[in-house]
Amino acid sequence: MQHDLEVDVLVIGGGTGGPMAAVKAKAGNPKLRVMLLEKANVKRSGAISMGMDGLNNAVIPGHATPEQYTKEITIANDGIVLQKAVLAYAENSFAMIQELDRWGVKFEKDETGDYAARKVHHLGTYVLPMPEGHHMKKILYRQLKRHRVEVTNRVVATRLLTDAQGKVAGVMGFDCRTADFYVIRAKAVILCTGAAGRLGLPASGYLFGTYENPTNAGEGHVMAFHAGAELTNLECYQINPLIKDYNGPACAYVTGPFGGYTANSRGERFIECDYWSGQMMLEFFNELESGKGPVFLKLDHLAEETVSTIEHILHTNERPSRGRFHERRGTDYRQQMIEMHISEIGFCSGHSASGIWINEKGETTLPGLYAAGDCGSVPHSYMLGAFVYGRFCGENAAAYCADHEASAVDPEQVAIEKARVMAPLSRAEGLTPFQVEYKTRRLVNDYLQPPKVTRKMQIGLQRFEEIKEDLQAMSAANPHELMRAMEAYAIRDCAEMAARSSLCRTESRWGLYHHYVDYPEKNDADWFCHLQLSRGPAGEMRLHKRAVEPYVIELDEQEKAAYSRLRIASAPTAA
Amino acid sequence: MTIANTRTQAPVQVDEDKCIAHKGCTVCVDVCPLDVLAIDLSKGKAFMQFDECWYCLPCEKDCPTGAIRVDIPYLLR
Repeated sequence: MQHDLEVDVLVIGGGTGGPMAAVKAKAGNPKLRVMLLEKANVKRSGAISMGMDGLNNAVIPGHATPEQYTKEITIANDGIVLQKAVLAYAENSFAMIQELDRWGVKFEKDETGDYAARKVHHLGTYVLPMPEGHHMKKILYRQLKRHRVEVTNRVVATRLLTDAQGKVAGVMGFDCRTADFYVIRAKAVILCTGAAGRLGLPASGYLFGTYENPTNAGEGHVMAFHAGAELTNLECYQINPLIKDYNGPACAYVTGPFGGYTANSRGERFIECDYWSGQMMLEFFNELESGKGPVFLKLDHLAEETVSTIEHILHTNERPSRGRFHERRGTDYRQQMIEMHISEIGFCSGHSASGIWINEKGETTLPGLYAAGDCGSVPHSYMLGAFVYGRFCGENAAAYCADHEASAVDPEQVAIEKARVMAPLSRAEGLTPFQVEYKTRRLVNDYLQPPKVTRKMQIGLQRFEEIKEDLQAMSAANPHELMRAMEAYAIRDCAEMAARSSLCRTESRWGLYHHYVDYPEKNDADWFCHLQLSRGPAGEMRLHKRAVEPYVIELDEQEKAAYSRLRIASAPTAA
Repeated sequence: MTIANTRTQAPVQVDEDKCIAHKGCTVCVDVCPLDVLAIDLSKGKAFMQFDECWYCLPCEKDCPTGAIRVDIPYLLR
């Protein structure tokens, strides 16, 4: 069965940025038909399905300034940023905190009622705890109802529709329970599909044991690519320091202000700052590989009261099953350090810098197409960045609708996509989506995980080409498996993007994220630029450089190197 | 990856004495981000249909009768 729908603004993804975008589009013009399309259920979807323990990048007057924050992110990202997009975030960060506060989000405040910001970054103070942050999704849901946003759950978006001028015309997808096909015509589309979180295979071998919510398989990145939008810096992977096996955050941001820190097996600090940057990850990787590994989160020196507070925050928010993971292993924060490891690779601008290219208005390079949150390209933007850019996208998409008519739906695009999506259901036998996904992701680990090596990545590309044929042989026993089959398509495309982008940038940058053994040095002469990936005339992936726009906030030379000096200097030895 | 085809220990355990799916409740099925839960219509009880759990806990926290317990998947324990 096919459903043909028409709306003004279609938001894809109901996690963090998506609900905000939908609410702001509707607030911008209540007469607009705004639909929020969600692959799962907006009540509990996305990276913050169980809430969040704090804001990691709050720019609060009296604690930090937008200029200072923009500098910090520029430095943490080795200079490759669209500064005006970072600045636009920073300037609107506080207004968003105040709005969330009015909506009922509880932030930590001091005895005077001021927000109790903490220092975790290398230079400035931007972390604002939310000890009761488990209620975040409920608060967003209330706003969706209040603004009368139409919500469609359990529909998986697979491809964007475009018109002859390259303007976005809508989206196609299917219901993951009935396999009904959806064609939704829209004037503007906002991608809020989150990270490509199912790219590398976790070291545990468990497909769904990812750091990111595994529902986020990179479909937004892939939809943007096939529609002709530019993606950027995909070689700047997301790799995170996590609790080994559990693969959730160790939460040094939470524990740091209480006195917890990352330590080597001797219990010694080896990095000055626990903020997640590529440079920090490289030091982490070096320590793991050295005789002083593995790496741990150290809390066992803290007072009982402090440990109890930390436990309350970490075991009720974001990844609350963490407590039972430790319990089964017999790990008590009071007695033992917590073993850590590095994660598999992914794309996520929330923590690194890769994604669908957007400017300071949330616009992609495709007219009518916007992106916010982990799938967009504003670096290190975390949850608050998703909210702020969700707002920008919602407001700007609403304004765009006033001046633009909806484009016609191209029946040929629909026929091609419907055939691709429905094919696995019609095959009685074939490869299971599970097998194809496992193999693709195992190859990602084998050939793409840093340290990056040219020959390995070339072999990886050959193997990903072979997987292209395997995709055509997948069979799905039911609509649920069909969802996994379509995700396998997205994962394969993301793997190819990661390999091609990494091979193209012939230098090393962003610490471990693009640690390229054949080109171990940073090369500003040739590579102080963004690397854009887009679709060529024959559907191939092509790459080009995009200049870094002149900074709006200048850095001095001393500041530029701050993130290159994260390792703690070794103690002077006695003569 | 269906449990029907692969012998496995399901991370999501449903206490059938407490589960009220037979009265029309589908909360756990609704909130699962990975859509791995379903209602067994012959029994009127929720169960884990697909072994794809992110151990994220909305099913357990949102269940009105406390019928669900999520364990860490064996491969990660």
